[in-house]
Amino acid sequence: MTATETYKVGARSGVGVSSQRPDAVPKATGEFSFSSDLSSHNMLWGKTLRSPHPSARIRNIDYSEALAISGVHAILTASDVPGKNLFGLEHPDQPVLADDIVRYAGEPIALVAAEHPEIAADAISRIHVDFEVLNPLVDAESAVTADPIHPEGNVIRHLVIDYGDPTSSGDVTVEGTYEVGMQDQAFMGTESGMAVPSPDGSVDLYISTQWLHSDQNQIIEALNLPEDMVRLTLAGVGGAFGGREDVSMHVHLCMLALHTGRPVKMIYDRNESFLGHVHRHPAKIWYRHHANKDGLLVKVEGKIILDGGAYASTTSAVLANACCFSTGPYKVDNAQIEGWGVRTNNPPCGAMRGFGNVQTCFAIEAQMDKIASALDIDPVELRLKNALEPGDQIITGQKITGAAPVKEVISSLADHPMPEPAINDLLARPGGTGRTTDQKHVKRGVGFAVSIKNLMFAEGFDDSSEALCEVNDGSVAIHTACVEVGQGFVTLVHQIAEEVLGVSDITVIPADTSIGSAGSTSASRQTWMSGGAVLKACEAVVVNLIEQIAEEEGVKYENLDGALVSEDGTKTIPIAEALRGRSFQEKVVHRHAPTFPLDEKGQGNAHVSFAFAAHRAVVDVDQELGLVRVVEIATSQDVGRILNPIQAVGQIEGGITQGLGLAVLEELVMKNGVIQNANFTDYLLPTALDTPPIEIASLIEEPEPGAPFGAKGIGEPPTISSTPAVVAAIRDATGLDLRRVPVRPEDIALE
Amino acid sequence: MIMEVLIASSAEEICELLGQDNSRQLLAGGTDFMVEVNYRHRSPSSVIAIDRVPELRNWHHDGDSVVIGSCVTYREIERGPLATLVPALAQAARTVGSPQIRNAGTIGGNIGTASPAGDMIPVLSALGAEVSLRSSEGKREISLDDLIVGVKQTSLGQGEFIESVRVPVLESPQEFLKVGSRSAMVISVTSLALITYPKTQSVGIGLGAVNPRPTRARQAEEFIKDFLNWESMQVDPSGLDHFKELVSEASRPIDDHRSIAAYRRHSIGVLAQRALTRIFSERSPSV
Repeated sequence: MTATETYKVGARSGVGVSSQRPDAVPKATGEFSFSSDLSSHNMLWGKTLRSPHPSARIRNIDYSEALAISGVHAILTASDVPGKNLFGLEHPDQPVLADDIVRYAGEPIALVAAEHPEIAADAISRIHVDFEVLNPLVDAESAVTADPIHPEGNVIRHLVIDYGDPTSSGDVTVEGTYEVGMQDQAFMGTESGMAVPSPDGSVDLYISTQWLHSDQNQIIEALNLPEDMVRLTLAGVGGAFGGREDVSMHVHLCMLALHTGRPVKMIYDRNESFLGHVHRHPAKIWYRHHANKDGLLVKVEGKIILDGGAYASTTSAVLANACCFSTGPYKVDNAQIEGWGVRTNNPPCGAMRGFGNVQTCFAIEAQMDKIASALDIDPVELRLKNALEPGDQIITGQKITGAAPVKEVISSLADHPMPEPAINDLLARPGGTGRTTDQKHVKRGVGFAVSIKNLMFAEGFDDSSEALCEVNDGSVAIHTACVEVGQGFVTLVHQIAEEVLGVSDITVIPADTSIGSAGSTSASRQTWMSGGAVLKACEAVVVNLIEQIAEEEGVKYENLDGALVSEDGTKTIPIAEALRGRSFQEKVVHRHAPTFPLDEKGQGNAHVSFAFAAHRAVVDVDQELGLVRVVEIATSQDVGRILNPIQAVGQIEGGITQGLGLAVLEELVMKNGVIQNANFTDYLLPTALDTPPIEIASLIEEPEPGAPFGAKGIGEPPTISSTPAVVAAIRDATGLDLRRVPVRPEDIALE
Repeated sequence: MIMEVLIASSAEEICELLGQDNSRQLLAGGTDFMVEVNYRHRSPSSVIAIDRVPELRNWHHDGDSVVIGSCVTYREIERGPLATLVPALAQAARTVGSPQIRNAGTIGGNIGTASPAGDMIPVLSALGAEVSLRSSEGKREISLDDLIVGVKQTSLGQGEFIESVRVPVLESPQEFLKVGSRSAMVISVTSLALITYPKTQSVGIGLGAVNPRPTRARQAEEFIKDFLNWESMQVDPSGLDHFKELVSEASRPIDDHRSIAAYRRHSIGVLAQRALTRIFSERSPSV
C-alpha cells in the first residue's frame, strides 16, 4: 500500500484527505514570497562581521574607516547591545555580539547597516579587529577535563541512566565505538528577515523562524524592551529542520533598525548561513550489548559524548534524547548509560531533525546487527524478538501507555518485496555521471534498521499552544503562532476546522506574537499541539453554538459527526448551516499530558509519546573505488492516524533523503575549529540522481490516545533509522565494519 | 565599488579593450567568476563580457581536428555533433555542475581558471590540445600542458585571451571517468581521460585533480604499449598491475576537505585500469 492510493488527492473535506498545500504551486513556480523577498521603503541592508578564529581575545575593534564610507549608517558592537548581551534557546550563555572573547569561527562581532548590501559588505571588510589568537579546544573528549572556555564550564550536561541490575550479564557481548560527523540542516532558503522600527521605540520583526515566542523572549532581554514593544511576524520560511530554532540575526536586525530609525533587512549568503545556525551534534558513542543465546537483550552499557560547540543551544535536551533512547525500540531490563554534552570551540550545535536519536540509533542498530551475527540469528528476527510492546518500560522506567506497533512496523517492512536487480545503465550505478563503475564491479547489499522517537518536548517543560477560532456568518478565521516551515500545518488548519465545523470558507491568519505561543515547529509536535489547539477552539465554538441555540429554541442539540441533532432525534442541522448569521470567538490553550524531570538515576516519566519506524535499504557498492549507490529505501512507520496522506508521504520521502545524506554524503568537515566546506559546492546534499525510489511498505494507523484524531508526529522518524539502514546495507555488501558516518569512499576502498 | 562591464561583440574588440587596459578581466559563463565576485574574493573595476562574441561561441571541423571557440558551453559539448567528434570531452562535460551551470560555463573558462579539478583539463591534456591565444600583438598557439603552469595559474601574457582550443577528432574509443562522492554535480576527487591513437598505436592518459597542473601519465602510456593488440583490441592482463601503479605514481595528490591523498592515489590507478579495459578487452595475446 502507498498512502496516496488509499485517499483521494486534492480533495478538501476534513482530515484524512490529501489536501493540496496552497503554497505548493507558488513554491514550484518561484512566486512564493520568502523572507528573503521582504522589502520596505527606505530600507537599509544589514551585514555581520564574524570571527575567522575559533578562539581569540578581541584586543581592539577599529571601525572608523568603515564608518566613513558614504552610505554606511551604523556600525554596532557589543557595547551597543541595549540589554543583556546574552541569548540562548534553553538558557542564555551566548553573546549577541562577542565582547572580549570569541569562542567559535563565525561568531558575530560587529554589525553594519548601509544603503546597499555591497556597501555593507565593503564596510565589513574595513573593520579592523585586533585579535590575540588562542589555541582552540576542538576535541570533545578532552573538553570534559580541559580548562573551561566559558564561565559556565565545558560540561553542559552530564547525564547518567542507571536502570536495573548493573551486575547482570548475558551469554554474548558485542562492543563497538561509533562516530557521527557534523550534519547540517542545509535548508534551501538562507536566514533572512527585516526589522521595522516605530517612532515609539518599538520594533516589528519579520523573520523566518521555528518559534516566534522563544525568539521574542530572547530579543526583549537583549533589547531591554517590554514584550509589547517587540512584535514578530512570520515571514516565508525556506526549510528549517531545527536550524531555525535558535536566534540568528533577530537581535542584530532589531538593534540596527532601532539605532538607524529605518527598516533594516539582512540575507545571509550560503557561506554565512553555514556559520549562522547550529548543526547536528557530532557524536562519539561506545556500546557494550549483552544478550542471551536466544537473542534477547540482557543489558546495554553505553557512553555518549556529544560535541555541543561553543554555546549550549539545545545540547542538554539533545543529550537527554540520546541517552533516554540509547537502547532503541527494544526491551531491555538493565542499562548503564552515561552521557556528556560538552562545550568546545567548534561551531555551536543544537536542534536537527531526529534530535539526539539519530546519533545513538546509528550505533544501536550496528550493535543489533553484531548480536545477530554473533548468534547467527536473522537481523530482522532479532529485532522482532526484542521489539518494545505496549506496556513495556523504556530505560527511564517510563511505561509505554500509548500505541507501540513496533512488531507490526518491522514485519510489514520485512514482508515488502525486494527491488529488481540492477538495470544496465552506467548512470544508475555507483559513481553516477562519473562513469566509473561497470556491472562487474558492483556488489549489492541489504540493511535493516528500526528507530524510536519521542514526540513533543520533555522533562517537565510546560508545553502549550494557543489557537483562536473566529466565526463570522459562516466564515471561519483561525489564528495561531504555529510556524509553517514546510511541514504542512497550513493545510491541517483547514482540514481540522472543516472537519469540526463543516465550513470550507476558512482563513488562516498569519502567525505572529499577537496570540500566545504555539511552541516550536520541532519535536514532531505541531500536529498534536497546535492541531490540538485548533481542534479544541473549533469544538468550543460548537459547544457555544449548541448553548446559543438551546437558549433561543429551548431545544438541546448534540454534535453527531458534524451535524447538530436534537435530543428527541427529530431535527438535524449541519453545523455549517447553524453557524450562518452567528459570530463566535473562541481562544483556547492546549497542553499535552505533563512530563517530569529525570532523577539522579535518569529515571522518570520524562516523555509524552513515542513513534516508531523501520527502514530497509538496498545499495550497490563499488568496493574497489568505495562508491555507493542507494538503490531503494523502503519503510514502514507508526503514524497513529494519517491526516493528510500526500503530506505524510512528503515528510517520509524528505526525511529518508536527509537520513541517506548523513549515511553517505553530508558532513561539515572541520579543521582545527574551522568549517572547510561551508558551501553547496562541497557540502554534498543528495541530488535527484542520489535519491532512490522510496517505497512505503506500510503506514501503521493505530490511534494514539490523547493525540488529536490519534495522529502521531511524522516528521522525524524517517530521518533516524534510514541512516543506519543504508550503512548496514554497505556493510552487507562489503563485509566492512564501518563505524562512522558519513561513510566516505576512502572508508570503503582503503580498508 | 563601481564595476564597469564592457560587452565585446568581436574578438578584435576584446583585443582593443584589453589593449587599452590589460587589467580588465574577462567574463565568459561567469560560473566561477561571479561566485568570486559575490564573495568579494575578486573585485574587478572593469570587466569585458566575451560570451556574445560569435567567433568564440562557435566551433568548426578542420581536417582531422575540431577547433572549439572558448565560449562554447559544456552543454554544447555534452550533446550534439561535438559529443560524437570528441566523446571523452562530452563525458567530462556531463559531470560539470548542474544543467544551469553547464548552460553557462565554457570550455575557455575551464582552461583559464586552471583549477587542478577542472573537468576539461585531463581530456584536453590526453588529446594533446593546442590552445589559440590572441592579443592586440597577434596570435600564438600553445599546448594546454604548457599554458597551465600551476594551481589556478596560466602563462597567458598581459592583454592575452583564449580564443579557441584545437583537439583531434575521434579515431577510436576514448574514455573519461571521474570519482566524486556524489552521483552528479560534484567537484572531482580524481578523474582520468584515456584517448586511443591507433595510427601511432599509443594511448594518451590525462590525470585530473591529482597534480597542480595538467599531467600525462607518460610512463604508463609508454609501458602499456607492449601489452596492447590493436587488431583484436585486447590487452594482455599481465601488464595491468604495473600499468595501474605507474599511473598512481604519476600523481602527486594532496589531502583536503574533499578526500585524502592516499585515496586519490589509489583511485586514479583504478580509473586508468578500468578505462583501458573498457576499450581493450582483457585477454592474453597468445590465446
